[in-house]
Amino acid sequence: MGNSLYGPLDPAPDAGYENAPPRMGFFTDTSVCIGCKACEVACKEWNAVPDDGFDLLGQSYDNTGGLSANTWRHVAFIEQPSEPVFLGMPGSDLPGRAEDAERTDFRWLMMSNVCKHCTHAGCLDVCPTGALFRTEFGTVVVQEDICNGCGYCVAACPYGVIDRREGDGRAWKCTMCYDRIGDGLTPACAQACPTQSIQYGELDVLRLAATERVEKLRAEGVASARLYGHDEEDGVGGDGAFFLLLDEPEVYGLPPDPVVTTKDLPDMWKRAGLAALTMAGAVVVAFLGRRP
Amino acid sequence: MSPRGDRPMVPRADFKSYYGRPIVRPAPWTHDVAAYLFTGGLAAGSALLAAGGQATRRPRLRRAGRITALGALAASGYFLVADLGRPERFHHMLRVAKPTSPMSTGVWVFSAFGVAAGAAAVAEAAPLVPSRFARKVLPPVGAVAGLGAAAVAPALATYTAVLLSDTAAPSWHAAYPEMPFVFAGSALASGAGVGLIADPAPPARRMAVLGAALELYGARRIETTKGLLSEPYTTGRAGRLLRAGRALTALGVAGAVLGRGNRVVSALSGLSLLTASALTRFGIFDGGIASAKDPRYTVVPQRERLSRRNSPD
Repeated sequence: MGNSLYGPLDPAPDAGYENAPPRMGFFTDTSVCIGCKACEVACKEWNAVPDDGFDLLGQSYDNTGGLSANTWRHVAFIEQPSEPVFLGMPGSDLPGRAEDAERTDFRWLMMSNVCKHCTHAGCLDVCPTGALFRTEFGTVVVQEDICNGCGYCVAACPYGVIDRREGDGRAWKCTMCYDRIGDGLTPACAQACPTQSIQYGELDVLRLAATERVEKLRAEGVASARLYGHDEEDGVGGDGAFFLLLDEPEVYGLPPDPVVTTKDLPDMWKRAGLAALTMAGAVVVAFLGRRP
Repeated sequence: MSPRGDRPMVPRADFKSYYGRPIVRPAPWTHDVAAYLFTGGLAAGSALLAAGGQATRRPRLRRAGRITALGALAASGYFLVADLGRPERFHHMLRVAKPTSPMSTGVWVFSAFGVAAGAAAVAEAAPLVPSRFARKVLPPVGAVAGLGAAAVAPALATYTAVLLSDTAAPSWHAAYPEMPFVFAGSALASGAGVGLIADPAPPARRMAVLGAALELYGARRIETTKGLLSEPYTTGRAGRLLRAGRALTALGVAGAVLGRGNRVVSALSGLSLLTASALTRFGIFDGGIASAKDPRYTVVPQRERLSRRNSPD
């Protein structure tokens, strides 16, 4: 199996595609997200995703909560007051902007979250039916006519993305609009994004653009700008959908150092094998000895 | 230890989260899966007991083991299918054999075990069959099938530990080195429990002691050596279940050893071991679910890993 469970690789050829097209991905630059939720709406419209309830959560402008079977793009809203509390009028800076003007007392982070389409996708590894598969674009998609709702993928995802739909019983998540990108179209969310916070394209190109963008932001004084999920050496072999963040990942509800659970699978089987041998040995020992 | 045991063993760690929401998603499984962990282990332990009884010519152990294995197998099949989101599609599991999926591996192990254990149990009906030919053929077929089931049984008892560990649930994953030993021990103890009820012969007692030792050792390691990730196994419902399981295991072993020669004491010990095995499985199940529901268990260990990696020493 070599590198297949861990480490950098190109997932589509690894999955057996010959002459696979370039790996496609999302680069979500949260520094220009304005929290309009056009991505959430476009995703629902294109993919005919059912509603996820009409609740008021009391969590800033976020009334969706998080990614789920019925939310494949999710915009997070984080209101960060700074100490000491400033009682004057709020400023009008763009989020993260801090050049000439004094920083305001308040920062509003917004981030459109999505399935990461991991290089080493835990959901795909553990799926027992083959319903989850790797596409020629290196993305990960569920076949709804195969999934039997075992729920294993839900437990295996290090980001808590894929989810089983109530009343339907099957697992659902972002497909990176597999039905659009095969025709050369842009996924619905990226198409609808008015600020190019969501960029879609060849992953290699996006990674270069992202590196330039984060360097530019840092040069302008936004020291908190950092990329998330871009590194092929990380615990999931790099994400097909990666992000520019302005704070630590966990602030946005992302794991700070995700590692695909199947990285340890060979070790798990070794331990299980040892336990199985111990078990067999215990039975032999128990039944040894002459009959009284 | 505090009497209720709900005191955190590790100081509360500072961490950030998004409105306290979980990061990883708990497995969408009901306690059907926890029940399967028990019945699957019971099937494996009983099949091993039956094989031991078969090899050492103890027909009562053999018969009780084979019949329990079949019953536990049927219950397991029910629990596994009932917990699917689309139960009518359970056979989609059989369209692939996928080594990266412990559930796929487990389905094939379960199927192989099921054929063998089923045949062995059916062979026990030989004396009731009117056909002389069947009466003659069934016992040797049952003997081969019984040994076949016993050969697969250790895999059936331990793959479920890999199944739980191979997830993003922090406390399940962290427990992967010892969980197979807990499950192996728990399966042995439950099989021995059946033996103690059916025929409290010395092998059943020894099997009870060895199984309980394995189970207690593994659980102890999981509850004490995983730092923050041990906490979900020592607090809340999981903590109560595991403590009750440990107490009943100890009681069962004591009864098995001290009560030899006494059918009633032995049978009660067997019952105690069976209950303990079930409680342990439910405790391990609940501990992992609890660890996925609180973002602390996801964020803090990952932060610690990052700071270890970034610090020079």
